[in-house]
Amino acid sequence: MFRKFGKFLLFLYELFTRRESLKVYWKRFIDECMMIGVDSLLIVCIVAFFIGAVTCVQINANLVSPLIPTYIVSNIVRDMMLLELSSTFMCVILAGKVGSNIASELGTMRITEQVEALEVMGINAASYLVLPKVLAAFVMFPVLSVLSGFIGIVGGYIAGTATGIITPEQYIYGIRFSFIPFNMVIPIIKSAVFGILIATISAYKGFYTRGGALEVGKVSTTAVTNSCIAILIADYLLAELLT
Amino acid sequence: MIEIKNISKSFNGRKVLDDISGVFRDGETSLVIGASGTGKSVLLKCMLDLVSPDTGEVFYDGREFLHKSEKERIDLRREMGVLFQGGALFDSQTVFQNVKFPLDMLTKQSEAEKRDRVEFCLKRVGLEAAGSRMPSEISGGMKKRVGIARAIVLNPKYLFCDEPNSGLDPLTSIKIDELIQEITQEYGTTTVVITHDMNSVLSIGQNIKFLYQGKKIWEGDSNSILTTHLQELDEFVFSNHALKQLRG
Ligand SMILES: Nc1ncnc2c1ncn2[C@@H]1O[C@H](COP(=O)(O)OP(=O)(O)O)[C@@H](O)[C@H]1O
Ligand SMILES: [Mg+2]
Repeated sequence: MFRKFGKFLLFLYELFTRRESLKVYWKRFIDECMMIGVDSLLIVCIVAFFIGAVTCVQINANLVSPLIPTYIVSNIVRDMMLLELSSTFMCVILAGKVGSNIASELGTMRITEQVEALEVMGINAASYLVLPKVLAAFVMFPVLSVLSGFIGIVGGYIAGTATGIITPEQYIYGIRFSFIPFNMVIPIIKSAVFGILIATISAYKGFYTRGGALEVGKVSTTAVTNSCIAILIADYLLAELLT
Repeated sequence: MIEIKNISKSFNGRKVLDDISGVFRDGETSLVIGASGTGKSVLLKCMLDLVSPDTGEVFYDGREFLHKSEKERIDLRREMGVLFQGGALFDSQTVFQNVKFPLDMLTKQSEAEKRDRVEFCLKRVGLEAAGSRMPSEISGGMKKRVGIARAIVLNPKYLFCDEPNSGLDPLTSIKIDELIQEITQEYGTTTVVITHDMNSVLSIGQNIKFLYQGKKIWEGDSNSILTTHLQELDEFVFSNHALKQLRG
């Protein structure tokens, strides 16, 4: 357990030694941003929209009381989206997509000796392959998170107004009611941290794959489960730190 | 000339390579043969420093390789071309980009120079028309050819091929062997080929090293391999009964 963690730290250190030229990294970084960010847009939009819609309907169903003003519904939708759903929940979903993608890509490269082929050319394969992925995750996860927060609130608006739970004016009022600007920053910080966790853990798992196609499958499963556990632990720690 | 001295390597207490020494000469195709799992690939990876051997040294034209500083090792590596067992092509890149990759990463040539060089190498291996295809769209034999083109694109002094004809039909195998042989003679490279294919042993084996359970137990050429009487070698060479009967 401790040895594995030590190996993981050495792997991270390796990422920052013996780097290639910035131009090479820039190109790789853009490619990875496409893969991590742009390719995840659809799933993020769909999930966020429905999460927002369901949250709105559920809160209304559980809060029927003449004492509570209706705008509280959208107020709670906003806080839930910003504080947990757009970061933690979204990143758990993305761990399944991005994490398994990273692990299986690197695992396949390892077992087909593509990693060795890079090293023979004198290229630091860990750094060349992994660092752009980690940076892309660091940049793209917050973007996806902000987007999902926005879409979720829109989802709540559409579900709420379409079913007559809440009027558009009340919804907007609730969104703006007792707004704490720092709550906008929280999902950005959280998702950046989770993005780094997913990318490094999955890359580590994939990079040290041994064996054949079967192992690549296993490795991408463990990459996802380990990333999810790391996210949840980090979520708890960040909740203590940020609030 | 490549010289290896006393290379040993164990994995988890199991000895895979046991005190292997030998010389690979310039302009010659040297073969390392042996049954599967005897450590041929591990030996190659030790020579390339992809696996660190427990003991031993490797000299490239007198220059010690394994204990050099990182930078000196990288410089030496640029003189080596390697064809891996499956070709090891980067599957997110086209054939053309694969061959161009070492030029992009390791040289400062202009785009036009690079394109000329890549086209030359692809032509040399007979694949001038396949540049725009993806590795997943081409056959096993073509993958090996692309692998060879990528290995020679930087004009290496040392060429390593790990089972260049595994998984190929006999005819394609022979063509690949001939290609490696021609390249070795044309450019005077020091070529090390790992194989367990008797066809290549007989056709391109100028110098042959036979590994058995991690030890080098025989060395010679393709003529003497048929006349030597060594039980382990016999078992490997004459695994085919028809061949055995030919010898009588
Ligand atoms: N990284 C490694 N870790 C543990 N064992 C290994 C490793 N690489 C190779 N081996 C073992 O070394 C032995 C020789 O492998 P190899 O050199 O690939 O054989 P071959 O002669 O067929 O190329 C095999 O039994 C293999 O399991
Ligand atoms: Mg092998």
